[in-house]
Amino acid sequence: MAIELKMPALSPTMEQGTLAKWLKQEGDTIEPGDIIAEIETDKATMEFEAIDEGVLSKILIAEGTEDVPVGTVIAQLEGEGEESAPAPAASAPDPTPAPAPAPTATPAPEKPVSQPQSDPDVPEGTSFTSTTVREALRDGMAEEMRSDPRVFVMGEEVAEYQGAYKVTQGLLDEFGPKRVIDTPITEYGFAGVGSGAAMGGLRPIVEFMTFNFAMQAIDHIINSAAKTNYMSGGQMRCPIVFRGPNGAASRVGAQHSQNYGPWYASVPGLIVIAPYDSADAKGLMKAAIRSEDPVVFLENELVYGKSFDVPDLDDHVLPIGKARTMREGSDVTIVSYSIGVGLALEAAETLAGEGIDAEVIDLRTLRPLDKQAVLTSLAKTNRLVIAEEGWPTCSIASEIIAICMEEGFDDLDAPVLRVCNEDVPLPYAANLEKLALIDAPRIVEAVKKVCYAD
Amino acid sequence: MAKKPAAKKAPATKTAPAAAVAHDDPDFVLHSLQEEFNAAKRFDASEDQLLEFYRQMLLIRRFEEKAGQLYGLGLIGGFCHLYIGQEAVAIGLQSALDGDKDSVITGYRDHGHMLAYGIDPKVIMAELTGREAGISKGKGGSMHMFSTEHKFYGGHGIVGAQVALGGGLALAHQYNDDGGLCLAYFGDGAANQGQVYETFNMAALWNLPIVFVVEDNQYAMGTASKRSSAETRFHRRGTAFRIPGMDVNGMDVLEVRAAAEVAFKHVRDGKGPVLMELNTYRYRGHSMSDPAKYRTRDEVQDQRDNHDPIERVKKALIEGGKSEEDLKAIDKEIRKIVAESADFAENSPEPGVGELYTDVLVEEY
Repeated sequence: MAIELKMPALSPTMEQGTLAKWLKQEGDTIEPGDIIAEIETDKATMEFEAIDEGVLSKILIAEGTEDVPVGTVIAQLEGEGEESAPAPAASAPDPTPAPAPAPTATPAPEKPVSQPQSDPDVPEGTSFTSTTVREALRDGMAEEMRSDPRVFVMGEEVAEYQGAYKVTQGLLDEFGPKRVIDTPITEYGFAGVGSGAAMGGLRPIVEFMTFNFAMQAIDHIINSAAKTNYMSGGQMRCPIVFRGPNGAASRVGAQHSQNYGPWYASVPGLIVIAPYDSADAKGLMKAAIRSEDPVVFLENELVYGKSFDVPDLDDHVLPIGKARTMREGSDVTIVSYSIGVGLALEAAETLAGEGIDAEVIDLRTLRPLDKQAVLTSLAKTNRLVIAEEGWPTCSIASEIIAICMEEGFDDLDAPVLRVCNEDVPLPYAANLEKLALIDAPRIVEAVKKVCYAD
Repeated sequence: MAKKPAAKKAPATKTAPAAAVAHDDPDFVLHSLQEEFNAAKRFDASEDQLLEFYRQMLLIRRFEEKAGQLYGLGLIGGFCHLYIGQEAVAIGLQSALDGDKDSVITGYRDHGHMLAYGIDPKVIMAELTGREAGISKGKGGSMHMFSTEHKFYGGHGIVGAQVALGGGLALAHQYNDDGGLCLAYFGDGAANQGQVYETFNMAALWNLPIVFVVEDNQYAMGTASKRSSAETRFHRRGTAFRIPGMDVNGMDVLEVRAAAEVAFKHVRDGKGPVLMELNTYRYRGHSMSDPAKYRTRDEVQDQRDNHDPIERVKKALIEGGKSEEDLKAIDKEIRKIVAESADFAENSPEPGVGELYTDVLVEEY
């Protein structure tokens, strides 16, 4: 039976090529693996290798022919009786080339929108305990480790040293070295080991001493952890928590002072959480550990030591993807997250003294972002400022502005303004560092601008 | 293998003569596995086992040839890395695994490893053509295939990333105390990635049950090993981490299998990781779009004529009394399986447009 030999595609982008040379002639016997022809693509000259055996019965495209489209029948091979299997195309009467990734006029379907759950009600009469953010994070981890033997912590100095910032304090004593693992200083390696352990069925919590060092590991966070579920068609999950301090600390210089929130929040397949106070830190940490998805959990060193009330509940778990109204107000909305929330609240107090009633929204989760909370508040106040301890370009602030433009335009009485760090690597000198970082007065100033108060 | 002169390939400490003085040799462990392997280099396969090796290697060969053909027809897009020439590595190693316990992970040249598990060629080919019936619903492609049912964890496109991930799979085996080991494959190119050595360090430090396998097919894309690697005897690269190495002819499935038995036993006995160097050769370019001008046609032909892993087994089968007709019947049967997988992959529908948004996250928030 005749086998049609077609102009092959020899690179991901090739659409046509030149049939440079026939190395076999009509009547020649072909063995699998024989080079039949040379074909020139835009990049290189490639050899066209025989797959089937038989006799080259007819050459249909002469050598030297240029711009031969991929899929054109260039020759026919006469199979030797039953020994040759039919090429898949031979039985198909349709001679048109390559139907595979046909450009389709079908528009992409609507992206499904999910509604975030609200925080569970704290029962009346619940007592509260003042707890540092550091302890709240640790308590969240410890509770989950008690209830799920698959959960373990790994990272630099997490065990015997009790944590570089003491977030894992006491965990080694309670859970032992099997579940609280000191790693060598090898971020790329242990982020990969953690991701692999998650793929293998465990629930790792990987601590980065700071997220600055996670740049060495970002390949595993994004390429290994975030994309696996999608690439495998939902077959292989990677339930892991990458956590550690993020953003500027104090006088540690440019390489140790960066907010990675916008980086990770741009990646589909990741959950990104950046809480402010202790109750959220604990409740969201527990949710992160329970999630079937990979989570980047961004803490802040300057907030670790602050104390906030945490409800005394057996199982204080908060919903991922839900913003929180930290202060109700009617004149203007200040959106923030992480350490910026404290500055926004401080600014709101100052503004209250000047007769401006600001609402403060803590995003808490950066991906998925609670757009509805932002838009609802905007519809109420008609003015919005974002306060973000991080660079302004391609930031969470930029994203919030885009959302307000696209979906809240009719509610805006003034342009949305962003208050971010200065667009420079963070300087070491105390005076310059102070100049570079956001603060409450700058938020106050921006709010007054959108309120046309000055 | 013609690559390295035999004399240079001997284990590093040639002066340590025999087991009698082994206890005085602090580096005994580093070459002990090689010595054990050298003592019985070829697996004593039964006729049935040999036939099964032949069948499996031939299936990979014919499947990959067909994949190359479908790529030429434009039915397979993007990057497509074929395993032709390296068949004995996956078959020799994976035939020695405990399928219920052990895990496997590899890079982007992964079709052969999938087939070695006996996974239906149809769903593999359909993944290559990007169809809904593909093992990753058509969303992964040639480089991203997985079968958690078989404990095959992919299928990774970033060179060397699978080594650290394999370390994690091994950590999970140890954590769960399930008796399994992880077989982590990577190439001679990936062997120069830093994270490989980060993983060696942790694997040795924590005594993880993992077998690292360097599939040395002589070229990191277009760069010959000796042009990119200061030490091309890759089995020695674990020495700094006290990981014993083994140097194995990856073109002989019986040698590969024999070496696997030695390595796996060491790991299962709780003695920590092993690094195996499997010397092999890929007949095709690095990927389909590689014209392979960095080597001569004679070099490739020499491998095909004198070292082909399938021809080697075929010869042994014929010497053992099989007829040419018996083997032709197997070839015919395999061609049929492959042709059917290609038909299936060509005629299956593409994923529904609704699949665009599925599997980004597992949960809803």
